[in-house]
Amino acid sequence: MAALILDPLAALGRLTLAGCREVGGVALFALEAISHLFRPPFYWRHFWRAFVQVGWFSLPVVALTAVFTGMVLALQSYTGFARFNAQSAIASVVVISITRELGPVLAGLMVAGRIGASFAAEIGTMRVTDQIDALTTLSTNPMKYLVAPRLLAATIALPLLVLVADILGVMGGWLIGTYKLGFLSYAYLDATFDYLQVQDVVSGLVKAAVFGFIIALMGTWCGYTSKGGAQGVGRTTTTAVVASSILILALDYVLTEIFFAQ
Amino acid sequence: MRDMVEQATLAAGAAHGGPQAVPKIRMRGVRKAFGPKQVLDGVDLDVAAGHSLVILGGSGSGKSVTIKCVLGLIEPDEGVIEIDGRDVTQMSRREREAVADRIGMLFQNGALFDSLPVWENVCFKLLAQGRVTRAKARDKAAEVLAQVGLAGSVGDLSPAELSGGMQKRVALARAIAAQPDIIFFDEPTTGLDPIMGAVIDGLIVDCVKRLGATAVSITHDMASARRIGDTAAMLHKGRIVWSGPAASLGHTGHALVDQFANGEREGPIQMELRR
Ligand SMILES: Nc1ncnc2c1ncn2[C@@H]1O[C@H](COP(=O)(O)OP(=O)(O)OP(=O)(O)O)[C@@H](O)[C@H]1O
Ligand SMILES: [Mg+2]
Repeated sequence: MAALILDPLAALGRLTLAGCREVGGVALFALEAISHLFRPPFYWRHFWRAFVQVGWFSLPVVALTAVFTGMVLALQSYTGFARFNAQSAIASVVVISITRELGPVLAGLMVAGRIGASFAAEIGTMRVTDQIDALTTLSTNPMKYLVAPRLLAATIALPLLVLVADILGVMGGWLIGTYKLGFLSYAYLDATFDYLQVQDVVSGLVKAAVFGFIIALMGTWCGYTSKGGAQGVGRTTTTAVVASSILILALDYVLTEIFFAQ
Repeated sequence: MRDMVEQATLAAGAAHGGPQAVPKIRMRGVRKAFGPKQVLDGVDLDVAAGHSLVILGGSGSGKSVTIKCVLGLIEPDEGVIEIDGRDVTQMSRREREAVADRIGMLFQNGALFDSLPVWENVCFKLLAQGRVTRAKARDKAAEVLAQVGLAGSVGDLSPAELSGGMQKRVALARAIAAQPDIIFFDEPTTGLDPIMGAVIDGLIVDCVKRLGATAVSITHDMASARRIGDTAAMLHKGRIVWSGPAASLGHTGHALVDQFANGEREGPIQMELRR
């Protein structure tokens, strides 16, 4: 009888402990990787490769997402706002939603799918084929070589991507506004910038940097700790994407609270 | 305790150096478990400087784990591992890296970096230590590749484009390129044809002689073990149960070792096959 009551409790305890261990492990991993950024050598070649992979090759996906999001936003808010004659607010709604929220979050989720998965798969394969151990025997610190450049690259590249997404999102809204909803081009753009504040854009870019860091951290951590052959790497890749997506959404709330709560 | 001493004397037989000479590698009571599985259960081993030791043992007996412990890739649960008389398990990371700089390792599965061309793989350590410039690395790689019987043009291929045996040779080239003091070979000739196997064996012997290096090899091939090794040691159930001259393999008088060396089905080692 007692076992029936205690077993679930024990299981809960085990789960909590495992969770704490995992969080602690990720935190230590992150700290070590960051510390390597400040100690030479720095692998510029790897940084640049990761930067291109995150920044340049994600551009099409992020751009398409942003344009369509801007278009949908304009259309949706038109049909909604027309009910109480507030159509003039459309441009502001589009630009503020995109810069504060949708730009960073959608770009983050898109990049999490692409980059989180690719980091985890690449490093995970290196782990299960002993390549990471081989690095150690070849006078190269694997954290410095594999993890640190990727973390830095993603943290810098994502804000740049989001800046592009902001511009394209607004453009998407403008397209619908002028060609479909009958706004005058300059009037729409005026309205866009009238109520936009620097803080809106900056907060979005800070979010993006945090998301970029989280994506690279979860990707590299999951890859680095993966075990169990090809199947293990597959599992690892999924975990990296799911974990970074959830963390992005959760941190988005936290960051919004920090930036905008009175 | 008595047991420990006995084991130690047994292992000391492996090192032909006198009792006063500091062995290059010295392991005492090294234990390692993965979960409930006790893989190493008190390994004692000595390798004298400039000697070549062959480790024998059944599949899964912990041979690879043993050398990964010496390399610092796996942290042993207990025990002492000394290189040149200094305990590596107690060293700071920096000291340990300095020790690792002088060690070469050929991994069982090659572990070549598939994102880099062969020449960069071969010269990886030299480049990392700044002992060769990128401009010169290609020529240097060709030179080392020639030593393992590969054409210089192989240097421009990627590891995925090579056959298994070629990958093994590239991995060997990578292990010896930086001219290490201590070299570990984890099954260097597995997957090669017999002639290439003999060539690689010759190369290993040559390296040890020329570099004055200390070598520890793992192999399942008795002919190869006799060619490479000065001494041999047998790992069984997590301990070194025998060590002696490699030339005596097959007629050592130790039932377990003889069964293993001659590949007999009947003997003290019972394969755990079910059905
Ligand atoms: N990282 C690890 N995690 C869990 N178990 C491991 C790990 N590495 C090795 N083992 C276990 O330790 C045991 C010994 O492994 P090891 O690779 O040393 O065998 P081996 O003697 O080299 O065999 P083989 O000749 O087949 O290469 C195996 O049972 C293996 O399952
Ligand atoms: Mg092995």
